[in-house]
Amino acid sequence: MNRSTPVGTTLKYVALAAYLVFLAFPLFWLISTSLKTPQELALIDPTWIPNDITFDNFRAAFDEQPIVRSMLNTLLVAGVSCVVTVVLSIPAAYVMARYRSVLSRMTLVWVLLSQIFPFILVIIPLFLLLRDLGLYDTYLGLIAVYVVWSMPFALWMLRSYVETIPIELEEAAAMDGATKVRTLRSVIAPLLAPGVVAAGLFAFVSAWNEFLFALVLIRDPELQTLSLTLVKFIGAEGVARLGPLAAASLVATIPSLIFFAVMQRRLTGGLLGGAVKS
Amino acid sequence: MRSMRIVALAAATGLVLAACGGGDDETGGDGGSGGEPVELTFQTLAWQTAAVEANEAIVDAWNEANPDIQVELLQGDWNNVHDQLMTSFEGGTAPDVFHYESTVLQDFGDRGNVLDLSEYLSDEIRDDIREGAWDTATFGDAVYGVPFLQESQVVFANRTLLEAAGVTLPTVDDPWTWDEFADVAAQLTTEGQFGAVIPLNAPANRILNLARNFGGDYFTDPAGEAQAVFDAAEQEVPRRIHEMLYTDRSASPDGIGMSSADALPGFFAGQYAMLPGAIWLRQQLVEQAPDGFDWVTLPALEGDSSAQGAVSQTLSVSASTEHPEEAVQFIEFFLNAENQVQLAAGDWLLPTSQEAAQSPELNDPATGWDVATATADDLEMAPFQQVKGFEEWKSRIANPAFQEYFSDQISLEELGTKLVDEGNAVLERYQR
Repeated sequence: MNRSTPVGTTLKYVALAAYLVFLAFPLFWLISTSLKTPQELALIDPTWIPNDITFDNFRAAFDEQPIVRSMLNTLLVAGVSCVVTVVLSIPAAYVMARYRSVLSRMTLVWVLLSQIFPFILVIIPLFLLLRDLGLYDTYLGLIAVYVVWSMPFALWMLRSYVETIPIELEEAAAMDGATKVRTLRSVIAPLLAPGVVAAGLFAFVSAWNEFLFALVLIRDPELQTLSLTLVKFIGAEGVARLGPLAAASLVATIPSLIFFAVMQRRLTGGLLGGAVKS
Repeated sequence: MRSMRIVALAAATGLVLAACGGGDDETGGDGGSGGEPVELTFQTLAWQTAAVEANEAIVDAWNEANPDIQVELLQGDWNNVHDQLMTSFEGGTAPDVFHYESTVLQDFGDRGNVLDLSEYLSDEIRDDIREGAWDTATFGDAVYGVPFLQESQVVFANRTLLEAAGVTLPTVDDPWTWDEFADVAAQLTTEGQFGAVIPLNAPANRILNLARNFGGDYFTDPAGEAQAVFDAAEQEVPRRIHEMLYTDRSASPDGIGMSSADALPGFFAGQYAMLPGAIWLRQQLVEQAPDGFDWVTLPALEGDSSAQGAVSQTLSVSASTEHPEEAVQFIEFFLNAENQVQLAAGDWLLPTSQEAAQSPELNDPATGWDVATATADDLEMAPFQQVKGFEEWKSRIANPAFQEYFSDQISLEELGTKLVDEGNAVLERYQR
């Protein structure tokens, strides 16, 4: 029997509570800031809870910038990038994990190397390439860039998940007459669910928050994503209109919070429990 | 069941691809032949609500009055405009008309990215805009932009504290000298209150602009083989600020890491009686000052003269535009005196139009416009904007060195050594 002492249990809960406060603080501060008047934002001793709650910041944010349109644009771009990244990464990760050839190892090294290049190094060649392909100032161009940018990491992540799936499961499927494609679809894919969700979340959040590529590759105001819209609340010399910025940022956070809430249950592992007798 | 899935998948894919294609047909945007209207793109950096509204209203008015030349307003942002413009110049997708500032125009001109407007501008706009402002956008014989907004430095004060201490407020005709400002700051310094706070986060631009008060250039031959210098004239402003910080102790050391906006809460709370800052800070004061807080804009400080260095916000035309005449026509309309009043009021900055500067709206004493507008005649082209490599000199050498000096970590001599010796090593690379 492995029983915790009352002191140990209390310490664990204290640590957990501290961690929750640490995680929740930025969101709390965002909410608080979004509800303050400009005068209260300039107080020498900042207040935790606004003295005079105002919704003017939300009104200003929605009046001045197309927040909803930007959010829908971002949802489309991030959602499609997420799906395409995952769909392309699953078979690639499977091959890299199961077929140990020279090509597989070279691909692995290339995937790692590709992460070394900073954004700024590739942005101009990428811009010229997309312009020549007629993809400048289109969602398709931006999605292609996001997929290429997040795929190496998603691939790496999924490869590790595939390696944790016992090969015996595939052998059993083969014994039952399943083809490779059928095995991948009916045996591997369900077991990969936590990995797929993690990779999908990574791809989604990367695209949701991305700024520089969107700045350079999108010009049409109708196509602009959230990050491009939010930055318009920051002006010359870094002076920000804090209230409307916080209000817009808060609204912008909601869809990704919902996405996380829906997907996080799938992140839990344990699907392999009892699948194989050892 | 399987066929249903395939149909659903195909439909979903079609929808996604259709959505992804959105905007594809909206690139390009030329025209002008065969009766089609000329289409121009104009990228603005306006971000304050009133300034954005002014931009939209002016563009709408232009489009209504000029059906043959239609302008599409694009919104850029100050924090990333340089990278964005450089990329679009390289890719041939730059807006026809763009808003930026005079400090970058020489570089853009050297690269062939901006159009020389000297052959296109009318006498009317040349005469209306101040000569000192034109200087900021003129390089040799080339005019790479039309200057339209400038900032100057003034002093904001808590009137209640100054009046309680019996301080007589200076006037535009009789401004304080730096010595008088230091004396008043010392007089206002009490337990728990500093006479002044001088925001010194990234101070190089402001110090160099204010150095003109004492004739400080900071560079010899700025348009040629520039060399950094740090002689008596250049030493005046940093030395005086340092004395207020560490000898008189009349300026709060909090200011060393602060931007102007960061200093406002302490200013409102009465911790600092005076706050030197740029004229646009009035907008923040109007918006954020607590009820009953009585603030006043004091005239710019005087050294050997009231001269201040200044750069300009500008409108330029991309060298790649197919419609230079139309682009300049639009700029001249956008920056006529009436519109400059709206633009200046929206951004709380000085108009370069002499006619606009006369408007009652830009001379209203209640919000310090009278004092701000009075500084216009003292603005000179900041010599540093002609120096090749200035941006690197400023960010790598000057800002850190000034910060060390104002933090009392190095002496005035050591500051000079850094600015000159280390600084010239940087500038040398740009002159090869």
